[in-house]
Amino acid sequence: MTDQITTHPSKPSERMRAGSLTLTVGPWVVAAIALMIMPYIFTSNSALTIMNQMWITVIFALAYNMLLGQGGMLSFGHAVYMGLGGFFCMHIMNYVEDFGLALPLPLLPLFGGLFGMGFAMIIGSFSTSGAGTRFAMISLGVGELIAACSVIIVAFFGGEEGISGDRTYGLPFFGIEFLKQIEVYYLISFWLMLSALLMYLFSRTPVGRMANAVRDNPERAQFLGYSARWVRFYSFCASGFFCGIAGGLFAISYEILTEENLNAASSGVILLVTFLGGVGFFFGPIIGAIVFTLLQTVLSLQTELWAIYVGSLFLATVMFFPGGLAGLMMMHVPAVRLGKAGGLLVPYVKTLVPAAIGVLGICALIEMVFHVRHGATGDVEMTLFWTTFDSHTVLPWIIAALVAVVGIGIAKATAPGLKEAWDEANTPGGAS
Amino acid sequence: MELILVNIIDGLVTGLLLFMLSAGLTLIFSMMGVLNFAHASFYMLGAYFAYQISIALGFWVGLLVAPLIVGVMGAGVERYGLRRVHQYGHVPELIFTFGLALLIEELVQFIWGKNQMPYSIPEVLDFTAFSIAGNSIPAFKIFMIFTSVGIFIGLLFILTKTRVGMIIQAALSYPRTVEALGHNVPLIFMGVFGVGTALAGVAGVIAGPVLGTFPGMAFVLGSIVFVTIVIGGLGSLWGALVASLLIGWITTFAKSYNIAMSDILNGLGIATPENMSENPLRDLWTVTSPQIADILPYILMVLILIFRPAGLFGKRES
Amino acid sequence: MKNLTKLGVVSALSLVIGASAAFAENIKIAFIDPLSGPFASTGTNGLHQFEFAADHMVNEKGGVLGGTNFEIVAFDNKISPKESLIQLQVAIDQGIRYIAQGNSSGVANALTEAIDKHNKRNPDSRVLFLNYAAVDPALTNEKCNFWHFRFDANADIKMDALTDVMAADENMKKVYIIGQDYSFGKAVAAAAVSNLASKRSDVEIVGNELHPIGKVKDFTPYSRKIVASGADAVITGNWGADMLGLGKSVIENGFDGPIYTYYAAGSGITAAFGESAKGRIRLISQGGINPIATDEARATYEAFEAKYPEGNIDQSRIFNVIGMLSQAIEAAGTADDVVAVAKQLEGMEYESMWGGKVFMRPQDHQAIQDMHVAVHTDENIDFDYDLSGYGVLTESTVEMASMDSPTTCEMKRP
Repeated sequence: MTDQITTHPSKPSERMRAGSLTLTVGPWVVAAIALMIMPYIFTSNSALTIMNQMWITVIFALAYNMLLGQGGMLSFGHAVYMGLGGFFCMHIMNYVEDFGLALPLPLLPLFGGLFGMGFAMIIGSFSTSGAGTRFAMISLGVGELIAACSVIIVAFFGGEEGISGDRTYGLPFFGIEFLKQIEVYYLISFWLMLSALLMYLFSRTPVGRMANAVRDNPERAQFLGYSARWVRFYSFCASGFFCGIAGGLFAISYEILTEENLNAASSGVILLVTFLGGVGFFFGPIIGAIVFTLLQTVLSLQTELWAIYVGSLFLATVMFFPGGLAGLMMMHVPAVRLGKAGGLLVPYVKTLVPAAIGVLGICALIEMVFHVRHGATGDVEMTLFWTTFDSHTVLPWIIAALVAVVGIGIAKATAPGLKEAWDEANTPGGAS
Repeated sequence: MELILVNIIDGLVTGLLLFMLSAGLTLIFSMMGVLNFAHASFYMLGAYFAYQISIALGFWVGLLVAPLIVGVMGAGVERYGLRRVHQYGHVPELIFTFGLALLIEELVQFIWGKNQMPYSIPEVLDFTAFSIAGNSIPAFKIFMIFTSVGIFIGLLFILTKTRVGMIIQAALSYPRTVEALGHNVPLIFMGVFGVGTALAGVAGVIAGPVLGTFPGMAFVLGSIVFVTIVIGGLGSLWGALVASLLIGWITTFAKSYNIAMSDILNGLGIATPENMSENPLRDLWTVTSPQIADILPYILMVLILIFRPAGLFGKRES
Repeated sequence: MKNLTKLGVVSALSLVIGASAAFAENIKIAFIDPLSGPFASTGTNGLHQFEFAADHMVNEKGGVLGGTNFEIVAFDNKISPKESLIQLQVAIDQGIRYIAQGNSSGVANALTEAIDKHNKRNPDSRVLFLNYAAVDPALTNEKCNFWHFRFDANADIKMDALTDVMAADENMKKVYIIGQDYSFGKAVAAAAVSNLASKRSDVEIVGNELHPIGKVKDFTPYSRKIVASGADAVITGNWGADMLGLGKSVIENGFDGPIYTYYAAGSGITAAFGESAKGRIRLISQGGINPIATDEARATYEAFEAKYPEGNIDQSRIFNVIGMLSQAIEAAGTADDVVAVAKQLEGMEYESMWGGKVFMRPQDHQAIQDMHVAVHTDENIDFDYDLSGYGVLTESTVEMASMDSPTTCEMKRP
């Protein structure tokens, strides 16, 4: 999101100030409209559930990026703040059910946020004095501790079954009791827009900007008069707040919280999700969350080996485009500005389509190897890409290998052309 | 009294195993500043390779060859993967090793399946060495102790008394200068990474029969290794040894003696509440030391990070 | 930027959700269990048993209701309750009416509540929950509901049968109980204590220990305590890596009495125990494998081995699930009205091919069947586990265990 900045004396309102709130409204409006019409395109309950999961992950990832991307703080045990917020909300939900408290459900995530923030304040008081390895290790230790405690402290965490509840007992909100999935969807969408907006605005406030400064050069920031430690602490608490909101929404959507919400695996996943999306841009984690949720739920329905593909994707991201998917997209901004992005289209098709086909060929080979190795005897048929074939004959192997080789081969051949087109597109004035 | 001796031996075995894993990790960190999340995965690969080799050629061949294979793989990972990612900073390096750990676990399942592998102690070591008050000490554990101690002495010797070790130690602190002196620093890095992972592989070969060879074995040990090197001090070999032994003994003793929290609290003068089932703090009252034995290292780590951030033997963070 | 990603999401979601709603003729049973991750082996073995049972017992015999086949649709829940709820939703949207699950009582608890709420809120797409392995007693007591059916004996029933057998051992004077620190482990311990107190009040319980689940790498300190306590027998409900670790460690460190377990067989555990545990480890379960009870069971097992040479039938109750479900559907005359099927299922008496009868108690939907205590050995084993030559040989049988046991279930019927 770029701001229009100028130092022109006659346009004081456009001069850059630390607190400037110039906000490109466009994408937000489009996003809001898209959120509202999505349920009309995907009407099934499972699609709604998956979308709810996506939006919750988006909030969590954005909150995580407040630390990672904007604050330069790598946290390993961040799932605990979401988990704790969620558990607190579950207890409130049960309290409402047992004692008839008049609390409308939409307000519930707020309590989750406050609890998450409270906990972040306690941990942040000693963990934020350093930003690097020390911070990461404390977060790892605290994360593991709380996850381990969750099985011991059964009163709050419910042991292995976790804590479950029923969301329909709250005070009806304009007559809605949240019995249907679609009502929950709109509630989550509302909180998504609100949280994303607040987080974006936070990044524009002096604290948010100073977090960027502290990330890049803490010593210099301190010379400007800001305490690096307090800036990190505020970021940490704010992040904890939004994580708690995500936890509360999780409680509403699934009506159950378990130890899985707190453990190291969840913390690891959010790190990968945020990185996949791209830590350098505000909307990066949004993309990462959406893509990852799709991969995890949808891809796992298609193949048992989804984790291999996801792991390879992460490795490829780290090695070849560490800016994440957002970084990949933003790489095209100079070309778009120069009006030359159109020239990239054909080279992209020429290189990426064969590459994609080649990759699919390799996937087919992997799937076939797995099927032959681990499938049951006599179970020779397998279904791949909508065709059923016998994996023990030679023909499918030859086809898959051919597809892979040809695809990658063409991609390699056309790659120099793509590079030329890229340079051309990024050079102003038509000079090559 | 005898039980204390038995626990000391058990704790020693656990601690030394942990040391073999953390020694490699702390060396790699001090060399390259990389926190290698995939370290425990190399440990797992060591166990699986040794199992596969031991089916055909026996345990001892596996003990020699498997770590070599793992070391070569580690060096390859450094050369073709990490070196490339190094330029992007520390976080991408970390994420790379993270993704690598995920991928290795999946590959192991892909090749060997998801079940436990029947990797067992070699026949020649499968007997009871001696007994203390009815508790038998298996000979394999004595073997583990000797191997670990041998490796430690070997490492120490190489690092402090040989020329290669001197160069490595120098490259640790001043890589540019060492490079200017004509040494091939990238090769040294690759070698250290390879040796570090080979060490993890040895740990896998030895621990595989005892702790079980299954795809989740890396995940189970992963975080405790990090705790160990943080407590010991990042980059310090002595620190890794002391921290590993400390953790080994603390967890073993905590599990052996059923120290109940209610006894401690009563001793402090706080009376046990009568209606335990409704009390929100009931879990705190009923907790016993074996339950929390495995999370004691984490508590220790957090305390050390608060009060002595560099770890027991570590250098001050620059 | 945001609209581009939304566009991508639109196309991806529509491709998948659309492509899966194709087949409407078969009766589909969703199998929601871990197919990847640390528990994948148990889940995959269970899936194979389900698929084989559906083919062998129903489809090859002409199907139910005049020709409709059973189809098992697998969903990988990665042992996560959250994933399970999402997959439940996906299954329901695909028109599946029968949900089978068993690994992890935590997931089972989440599913039974979710299914209860779903059936309440969406009366036109109700589903039944066929719980084939989650043994937390609460599922047929406080957390019972009309839609949930449990086909395995719960932890209390198993302990009741096990202690019946143990009580007959005159030499047993001291018992050590050790388990995983969560609801199931605690339930096992509590049941053991109360059962032993009533059946053999002279037996002293010299240890009652809980260890963190899935976290203990080395069981030696626990084994030392067991040996030091002078126990004659050990009882544990451990499963998976915890069972293997504990069993091996206890035997290695000098304990020479019997070890009574719930889950010490199959999934690589039998092979890993091998010779060291011969005659030592005992298992309480339903459905004896050696000696095999009927010719039908023998033929079934041999056909299973032919198809899955590396597989085991270590959850023979899965065949009972398929058998009872098909019988209920035939009797109800429909597979779509789950209330009618459920009404046929409760109170059903089914002749199991593994020997004996299975009776589904109507008051709590808990299956009552013969329970067997088997010993890990390689003698007289026709059907071994893990291609190891070792298997489980039935030593004693308790018929229709816990038929009259009480329940706190207050079932609300539709």
